[in-house]
Amino acid sequence: MNTHALPVKLTDAQIEEFGRELDAMREEVIDSRGEADRRYIVTLIRIQRSMALAGRILILASILLLPAWEHGFASTAGFWLLLALGTLSLALAKIIENMEIGHNVLHAQWDWMNDPTIQSGTWEWDHVCPSDQWMHSHNIRHHTWTNVLGKDPDIGYGLLRMSAAQRWKPFHLGQPIYALLLALLFEWGVAIQELELGKFFTKKEHIETVGPQLRRTGRKIAAQVTKDYIAWPLLGVALTLPFALAGVGPSLLTVFLAVLGAGAVACLARSLWTYLIIFCGHFPEDVHVFSKAQVENETRARWYVRQMLGSCNIGGGRLFHVLSGNLSHQIEHHLFPDLPSNRYPGLAVRVRALASRYGIPYNTGSLTRQFGTTLMKIVRLSLPGGGAAAAA
Amino acid sequence: MMQTHPTPKPGFARKALDAVTRLTDSFSYPLRLSHYVELVNPLWATHAMQARVEQVWDETKNARTLTLKPGLNWRGFRAGQHIRLGIPVDGKHFTRTYTISSPPEREDGRFTITVKAIEGGTISHHLVRNVRVGDYLPIGLPHGDFHLPDAQPVSPLFITAGSGATPAMSMLRSMIAQERLVDTVHIHYAPHEFDVIFGKDFQQLAREHPRYAYHPVYTQQIGEPAVAGGHFSAEQLNRLCPDWQSREVYACGPQSLLAALELHFGNAGRARHLHTERFRAAFAEIPAQATGGRVSFARAGVQVDADATTSLLRVAEQAGMNPPHGCRMGICHACDTRLVSGCVRDLRTGKVHNEAGSVIQPCVCASAGDCELDL
Repeated sequence: MNTHALPVKLTDAQIEEFGRELDAMREEVIDSRGEADRRYIVTLIRIQRSMALAGRILILASILLLPAWEHGFASTAGFWLLLALGTLSLALAKIIENMEIGHNVLHAQWDWMNDPTIQSGTWEWDHVCPSDQWMHSHNIRHHTWTNVLGKDPDIGYGLLRMSAAQRWKPFHLGQPIYALLLALLFEWGVAIQELELGKFFTKKEHIETVGPQLRRTGRKIAAQVTKDYIAWPLLGVALTLPFALAGVGPSLLTVFLAVLGAGAVACLARSLWTYLIIFCGHFPEDVHVFSKAQVENETRARWYVRQMLGSCNIGGGRLFHVLSGNLSHQIEHHLFPDLPSNRYPGLAVRVRALASRYGIPYNTGSLTRQFGTTLMKIVRLSLPGGGAAAAA
Repeated sequence: MMQTHPTPKPGFARKALDAVTRLTDSFSYPLRLSHYVELVNPLWATHAMQARVEQVWDETKNARTLTLKPGLNWRGFRAGQHIRLGIPVDGKHFTRTYTISSPPEREDGRFTITVKAIEGGTISHHLVRNVRVGDYLPIGLPHGDFHLPDAQPVSPLFITAGSGATPAMSMLRSMIAQERLVDTVHIHYAPHEFDVIFGKDFQQLAREHPRYAYHPVYTQQIGEPAVAGGHFSAEQLNRLCPDWQSREVYACGPQSLLAALELHFGNAGRARHLHTERFRAAFAEIPAQATGGRVSFARAGVQVDADATTSLLRVAEQAGMNPPHGCRMGICHACDTRLVSGCVRDLRTGKVHNEAGSVIQPCVCASAGDCELDL
């Protein structure tokens, strides 16, 4: 019997057997979760917080080396070195917080620990989008309807044409530029996407219905902006103020801008990095998209097959995987979104072997290949057609 | 949050402290400054309270006293009160309640709990065997109304069994420290002399303080009727404490003992003078075969019968509720809720969850016997 509409040469029964094998893998991991996994996430959280704190302290300390102080250690080079080190530490902390910690905690990957301080229901992340709102569109809509046109909000984020099956509009001509802007402001793009303002603008929803959500996002944005762009720069100013009043040291404006700039660069670096990783997840060459008809009456096993065909991995070292939140194992993440991310590398080996046994494509490649083909797709699909480029 | 008492208006100092906290927290949003202070010393953190294990001491072959130094948020307690303690075992966080065994008058700001390893109990076993000096454990504030009146003098009669000795020890030491130890009688049940938690301490207290009468009763197994002279009886009470009718009774021990005491003191019309301390079981019995049960939704106040195969999300919806949900296949965790009590079965794995307070997924779980959900 062959009733499924998936682009694989397998019978219904074979797909169900494939699903059973994946279920067995899932069970195995669930049964073996334990102290080592707990140590991993607790240690990572401690390292991440220490890096954020160290970054902030280094950034403030760099002020002490500004040449205007005219003391023995003051030098422009020293100032820039400390500022760069602090910014790097802060940027890495922000990346780890969003990717390997925030994203995965919000997927309920660590809820099994029952630790009240690491629960998806109460975790708030360092991001302008309130975590519960993000969980709604990401965990529910994106992960349930992965790559289903008209259902998955992450296919081009309602902005880009990322599949030839999406109807071309003249608006798409500018999409290389939109993509660049999205990369620079990715954090904000995610927050805006959650609000689904499109519904409001097309008058499908009234301001009253989006109002409460808008206010919550507004409060979150205010708190984030206060921390990164106001509180820390003002602290730098407050620390130098007594000296400035006595006529010594750098100008308050220099101090403010130095601290502000460091925070802004850290946030920008995080936006670019997360964009880079996330765009490699579902857009590279040979990835499949699906129609609503194809997922009609989908079984759990077929859902597995769809997740495999619609996700792409990126090769890399251990540090790269941690910094990418193990989304470099996007396939494993989409098969098992609520298993602890530190288990994905181990699962990847087995999933890949399983896929080859069943003749199911396993889309993996270097960062260059995956991001390169994604960029080509963005450019190609800005023009009409492109069926061959996205031949899925 | 439910608030049952009107909160007093905060004073100036409180308001000022809150303002400072708001200011410092704006540097660490969405965390709090305390999360970073925790990196330096977990005991200084104020967002969650932890205690450091300062000393471990074996009381008997299967009972251990832990000396704990609590964090800054700690508040004083009354002798006899208990705390909730979080314990990670195999990566999972469990919560158990333990009575404080030291008196509040202890001057170094530390307190002790005394834990007995229960047969087959993973958590108590872990505390007794694996916890080491220097470990940090999450704790809650002291709670409970099982304590002596603050000022009003009463003549206590302690009836304790097994680890039920811990609140009695705290109360006795507290009364001694306050120099107000009145005429006190203590009946304590234990299987053997060498099984008595604080056995030597009680005997020494009895030698030093003539007003404290200690009557250990050794029995093989409390609650089993066959042991001669063993478990509680009216005759035994009359013999060991003839004036029990004029005393306030503080009892702590297994359910069988408390039930016998309640019956006896109830019949004698002294139920109001019997104070008992019992801990609700932290986990439910797992039924032998897949069976449905009565499902209670605590917040909605709804109770319905359910079978062993219908998901609890459906059960809730059929009862007219509309709890949050998403994928309905167990991947998005939008419907996650807490198991207040009872048993549920994961329909995907057949695995049973019975730990009160654990998080479950209603869209892929069915009832396995009676259960109560925080919905």
